[in-house]
Amino acid sequence: MAMLEVKNLGISFGGLKAVDNFNVTIEKGQLYGLIGPNGAGKTTVFNLLTGVYKPDNGSILLDGANITGKKTIEINQDGIARTFQNIRLFKELSVLDNVKAGLHNHHPYSTLEGIFRLPRYFKVEKEMNEKAMELLKVFDLDKESDYKASNLPYGKQRKLEIARALATDPKLLLLDEPAAGMNPNETAELMETIRFVRDNFDMTILLIEHDMKLVSGICEKLTVLNFGQVLTQGDTSEVLNDKRVITAYLGE
Amino acid sequence: MKKNKVLIQDLITYGVVFLMWGLVLLMEATGSMTSLLRGLLVPLCIYAILAVSLNLTVGILGELSLGHAGFMCVGAFAGAFFTQCMENAIPSVGLRFFLALILGAVVAGIFGILIGIPVLRLKGDYLAIVTLAFGEIIKNLINVMYVGRDSSGFHFSIKDTTSLGLDETGVVIIKGAQGITGTPRAATFTIGMLLLLLTLFIVLNLMHSRTGRAIMAIRDNRIAAESIGIHVTKYKLMAFSISAALAGVAGVMYAHSLSTLAATSNNFGYNKSITILVFVVLGGLGNIRGSIIAAVVLTALPELLRGLNDYRMLIYAIVLIAMMLFNSSPKAIELRGVVMEKLRHKKSAAKEAA
Amino acid sequence: MSFLSYLINGISLGSIYAIIALGYTMVYGIARMLNFAHGDIIMVGGFAIFTAVSTMGLPPLIGILIGVVVCTVLGVVIETIAYRPLRGASSLAVLITAIGVSYLLQNIALLVFGSNARQFTSVVNVPSLKLAGGQLSVSGVTLVTIATCIIIMVALTTFIKKTKIGQAMLAVSEDKGAATLMGINVNRTIAITFAIGSALAAVAGALLCSTYPSLTPYTGSMPGIKAFVAAVFGGIGSIPGALIGGVILGVIENLSKAYISSQLSDAIVFAVLIVVLLVRPTGILGKKINEKV
Repeated sequence: MAMLEVKNLGISFGGLKAVDNFNVTIEKGQLYGLIGPNGAGKTTVFNLLTGVYKPDNGSILLDGANITGKKTIEINQDGIARTFQNIRLFKELSVLDNVKAGLHNHHPYSTLEGIFRLPRYFKVEKEMNEKAMELLKVFDLDKESDYKASNLPYGKQRKLEIARALATDPKLLLLDEPAAGMNPNETAELMETIRFVRDNFDMTILLIEHDMKLVSGICEKLTVLNFGQVLTQGDTSEVLNDKRVITAYLGE
Repeated sequence: MKKNKVLIQDLITYGVVFLMWGLVLLMEATGSMTSLLRGLLVPLCIYAILAVSLNLTVGILGELSLGHAGFMCVGAFAGAFFTQCMENAIPSVGLRFFLALILGAVVAGIFGILIGIPVLRLKGDYLAIVTLAFGEIIKNLINVMYVGRDSSGFHFSIKDTTSLGLDETGVVIIKGAQGITGTPRAATFTIGMLLLLLTLFIVLNLMHSRTGRAIMAIRDNRIAAESIGIHVTKYKLMAFSISAALAGVAGVMYAHSLSTLAATSNNFGYNKSITILVFVVLGGLGNIRGSIIAAVVLTALPELLRGLNDYRMLIYAIVLIAMMLFNSSPKAIELRGVVMEKLRHKKSAAKEAA
Repeated sequence: MSFLSYLINGISLGSIYAIIALGYTMVYGIARMLNFAHGDIIMVGGFAIFTAVSTMGLPPLIGILIGVVVCTVLGVVIETIAYRPLRGASSLAVLITAIGVSYLLQNIALLVFGSNARQFTSVVNVPSLKLAGGQLSVSGVTLVTIATCIIIMVALTTFIKKTKIGQAMLAVSEDKGAATLMGINVNRTIAITFAIGSALAAVAGALLCSTYPSLTPYTGSMPGIKAFVAAVFGGIGSIPGALIGGVILGVIENLSKAYISSQLSDAIVFAVLIVVLLVRPTGILGKKINEKV
């Protein structure tokens, strides 16, 4: 069974079809790329998948379960986590607390247990700290765990967002332009990290990216969006050699 | 290592409160306590509790509320009403006061939930004006409320005492704009300090727990918080109603420090909410210790300046504006940065020379 | 007939709210700040006119003119000294500063004029209008108030649509950065907005005190808050919104005073505000803002 199966997904804003008849199937463990020129509707697809927008039509199946029209919170609990194109960290919280916020639903104790510092508070907080530090190590952020998130350099902020998303223990990870604003060295390092996450966390990953080096380097399959519609999809090398794709990016 | 830092900061905050307590005891012991200052002790506790609790809404949750006095008002009247009703059932003033505190917190907390559900959907300035509106409505409603009791039970009216229709055993408990009179003045400085410590305990522990992290995550970025499965409405409501409940506690204290409790604009109007907000902002958003210090200094200062008579509120206003400009103006912040940098240079130069 | 007269008085009160609300709404639209001291400028205007007319014996029109000049200068001075340095600071910081300014104005007035209420002599000498065979009497102040409000609305709308400064104001309220790039002097435009808002506050002060003649240092605060509510109600930032909000608010207040309870009229006004905002979170004519993800 496919990890993600999207059929005929569509939404319009004030008569403009932002995404129309969008279909995609992603197998478990795949590293899948969603590309296309600016304004093609890529982030809108992410927003539809994560329940930020409710689709006008179509269906979304995650690991066989229908999640169409569910709320963002429910969809996260069902197993989709994401990062954002414009970084959205909890700026005033520490790096560690950003990841611990991601662990929120998996390591629960009640508010009263928290206020009165009952034994469960100490036990669960300890678990959270260990788990969070483990995740931070993967992204080489463990030394900065005390920093305020907004004090991290840009590249590390992007990594912290991925760590926070992983903390929610998703089945499918959506990365919205993870390499934006990174230099070639940082991008190369990020590619390694993404591969590492896929292999070690047994993760399925869908990413939006403009950096073709990253896309051709790590994505196994691609879907190209143009004007809200699927232009073509298939194996990375085939898609990238498709004339229509080149035209869509460079114009006639 | 992070944990310890938090713990030390919290201990300093508790320390500040104990220090103030000790100072007062010392002044009492050495006989240097003036009657003016003694009269300020209970209000100081009340304002400190109000400031800390409002900081939970404004600083920790990040939503601007201009209706905090409304929750205080609810708590005050619920508490005073209870104390009056139970005069015969529970003869011990202390026990009645204790139960009144709990009741006041619960009732104010429920109001927090009831008001929070519609209000927290709004944002920013709109939320501010609606909380102000709710505060004023609460004050106005209590002002026209008449409640009495006779052998057949409670009577309620929004017109006047005669329309309560009480029989000869009847007593009017809430007399509209005249409010409640004759509540025992059971609020002492010691109780105030204990309640302030309890407030601190609740707010600080909440901040550094899973719930507090969720609340601050929502403050920093609502959309990201939702994306990692944090229930935004639930935690917003929780912060808002805990804040309201603590304001209710302050209200019960307030009611038990006056012989007459009336819902006047002076007591519970939007200006009171704004006064508390000033404490929170000057003390620093999210800075609990700052709220306490600001509340104490800014409550005591105008009173201690009584000698200056008419000029004291003028001075207060000028100080307030000057402090805001100094604290928040981008130019002033830049200037302070430059000065600090120079000082640091001098220090390191001095070190090198040595 | 009594209903009609309550209604007309409500419209008159609402017209005053609308004129004050204009000051709030324009300043909010352009500087994104809640100017809590706006209500106190009304009070300053009231005292300026009172001093000119009652103490110095000047004719009412000159008195109003003095009031307008005093308030305009005051508005610009406050903007320059207290608000301009905070451009770019958090809106909460600006709000608290505005509250400080409000305290400052009240306490200066308290020092100069004392806390006893002054009897304000009406500056309007227009005879009342008898309608329906004398059954319905509309006072001169009421007529002048409503007329003034209409004139101000028309004039202001024309000013913003037709003049360069008006267009600059619109541009700054849309996007400060872009306005600067287009060569608009943002600080000057904001100062002009404050000047206009404060001048209107003086006019509102004259009308308010002519209708309710008791003048104290706190005269401005409640009408200020109500006008602010009116501005939010109509959709803050919108000029027609201020008019609609003000008039609806005035009518509701007067009718509930007459038919329900004079003590509860404020509560009813605030309750209506809450209901409107829950249905339309940005007011009747406010723009809907969507957060981009």
